[in-house]
Amino acid sequence: MFKNFKHEKIETNAGLLLVLTMMAVSIGGLVEIAPLFFLKDTTENIAGVRPYTPLEQRGRDLYIREGCYTCHSQMIRPFRDEQLRYGHYSLAAESKYDHPFQWGSKRTGPDLARVGGKYSNEWHVQHLIKPKSVVPESVMPNYQWLQETKLDVSDVGDRMRALRMTGVPYSANDAEYQRNVNQFGEAVAKTLHIPDALKNLVSQAQEGNFDGDRSSVSEMDAMVAYLQVLGTMVDFSKIKPEDLVKFR
Amino acid sequence: MSATSVAATEQYDYDIIKKFSVMAIVWAVVGMSAGVYIASELAWPFLNFDSPYLSFGRFRPVHTGAVIFGFGGSALFATSYYVVQRTCQTRLFAPGLATFTFWGWQAVIVLAALSYVSGFSQGREYAEMEWPIDLLILFVWVAYGAVFIGTLMQRKQPHIYVANWFYLSFILVTALLHTFNNIAVPVSLFSLKSYSLFSGAQDAMTQWWYGHNAVGFFLTAAFLGMMYYFVPKHAGRPIYSYRLSIVHFWALSFMYMWVGTHHLHWTALPDWASTLGATFSIMLLLPSWGGMINGIMTLSGAWDKLRTDPIMRFMIVALSFYGMSTFEGPLMSLKDVNALSHYTDWTVGHVHSGALGWVAMIAFGSLYHMIPKLWNTQIFSVRLINAHFWLATIGTLLYITAMWISGISQGLMWRAFDDFGNLQYSFVESVAAMHPFYAMRAIGGMFFLTGMLLMAYNVFATIRQGVRDAASAQARSAVATA
Repeated sequence: MFKNFKHEKIETNAGLLLVLTMMAVSIGGLVEIAPLFFLKDTTENIAGVRPYTPLEQRGRDLYIREGCYTCHSQMIRPFRDEQLRYGHYSLAAESKYDHPFQWGSKRTGPDLARVGGKYSNEWHVQHLIKPKSVVPESVMPNYQWLQETKLDVSDVGDRMRALRMTGVPYSANDAEYQRNVNQFGEAVAKTLHIPDALKNLVSQAQEGNFDGDRSSVSEMDAMVAYLQVLGTMVDFSKIKPEDLVKFR
Repeated sequence: MSATSVAATEQYDYDIIKKFSVMAIVWAVVGMSAGVYIASELAWPFLNFDSPYLSFGRFRPVHTGAVIFGFGGSALFATSYYVVQRTCQTRLFAPGLATFTFWGWQAVIVLAALSYVSGFSQGREYAEMEWPIDLLILFVWVAYGAVFIGTLMQRKQPHIYVANWFYLSFILVTALLHTFNNIAVPVSLFSLKSYSLFSGAQDAMTQWWYGHNAVGFFLTAAFLGMMYYFVPKHAGRPIYSYRLSIVHFWALSFMYMWVGTHHLHWTALPDWASTLGATFSIMLLLPSWGGMINGIMTLSGAWDKLRTDPIMRFMIVALSFYGMSTFEGPLMSLKDVNALSHYTDWTVGHVHSGALGWVAMIAFGSLYHMIPKLWNTQIFSVRLINAHFWLATIGTLLYITAMWISGISQGLMWRAFDDFGNLQYSFVESVAAMHPFYAMRAIGGMFFLTGMLLMAYNVFATIRQGVRDAASAQARSAVATA
């Protein structure tokens, strides 16, 4: 069969060229992508990882809006220097509710995967308004408009419903709420209930007082709430090193 | 003279090619200006001017979108419509659809840029367009595929020329990548905002399968199609090896699709996936260099053209940068090298040695060859092309040298320990140390942009000259017939 084969057959037949090209280019992606949806490595649950609260998710939306990923990664690699600088290497499970992922590809600024809890809210607010005021050598732009702009909360329910369609376990009814209580505990499950989204968002902003102004919910509240939760969901003191082999 | 010019325009559909060629130049100027601006923001941050619309994070996709899809895309539409007609010796299939691809594509670029500065982004590199723009891209792309494949089907030549294989695989793969990487759930029918269907590791894998193959097919395979037509045509010699072009095509098409995972070394993606990506990246060196050799050796016996013809020089230097970048790429895909280079400016430099050195230069060469033919005239100034060539080459070298130094410095500073085993540098010390190289990179970009402005003027003057010639020829023949 191959003895008499001439490439001429392909290059004189547009249909054949098209089909063979399509086959040649499809294999790589199929082999590398399809298994990730089934392998334990990439689908495993780990205690503590939960969907974002409405306020944190709105902060995440702003993080994407401002293109923070063009300068900041959220993926710590398993090296000694990164462990010292940023903390424990990132696990696949920690970004399982991230639609889209924000691992990034560039560190013009430092990695943010575990920035949560490292600085005070006041530091973050000051830093976002004028980075040079706390880090004189910084080349980061000023984000004073986050403090000046009220957070748009009009479609927070729609946003959670869209995320629910992608597979994030926000609850829309009692049965789903009960499932979340079983999986995440009651305190967390309450924050994931879509009918209470607006109420939860406002109360978290007021209790957290992220931007130093309780009278209204600003974009700064959401952004700082998001930054402060990054990398804090998993309690590594409770995980044995041998278990980590499973989670990567 | 007038008789041949009329015949040439009637034989092929040149109008659509002219439109795309002009817009390729326009988007090059816009996109490279945006690039110089954001590079300057990193060197001199006051340029962010406290404005959300100008801030680096929102403006960076304006640059990447305008150069990749505006300049690169328009140049590919223009040259593919030119090459497919001339090598198939037929006019375009469905010219109405072709016109739709023009207006649709220009709308995509404008809408994308406007949406980025107003804060709508999918947060995926090079795929930041939100869902309504993605749908428009899909429609344009299906139309493009129909026009291109339809034209192939009605060819008057039995053989499909090799350039068209590359254009075809670029069209197919771009459709595949675009569709699967942009599956998202909109917040509502009237909201621009959407959330990607995939999350975390799966999403990362899909994005970099897209991201690297956008490089592999949009910025490589398609521009190789350009190379396979314009280099032999301009050199006046057949392609060096037919056999090599067959191997080049199939090996490149098959292997490129595996290598995206080298963007995810040492991350939470499983090791086997990134090792597989690295393996194929290294193997990819062979077809890449095969293609480079095929292009450069096409000039054998006509090397003197390099001394006299700056268009030829653009093409050959483009192939040299292609060879350099496709060596550097596999090098950076080795896990140990990647441990140092990832997250640093080295990656940015690598992209630009490909984008400025290869993609832009082969496009410049091809456009300089094609535009005078489209308007049936001579190029306005060869000396300006020569000046452009040197500005572009010096600019590219400044850019990539700056990024090599800053990238490797960053990698070394981040992993340096002092005598007590503590980190030697705080992160911000590495930021401060980059300033001179960020300035140098911006200056390199300015060189490249200046060359681009010369090209815009040269092309403008060439077109003006072509239009005048045509008008006076028409007037003469009108007088003659009267």
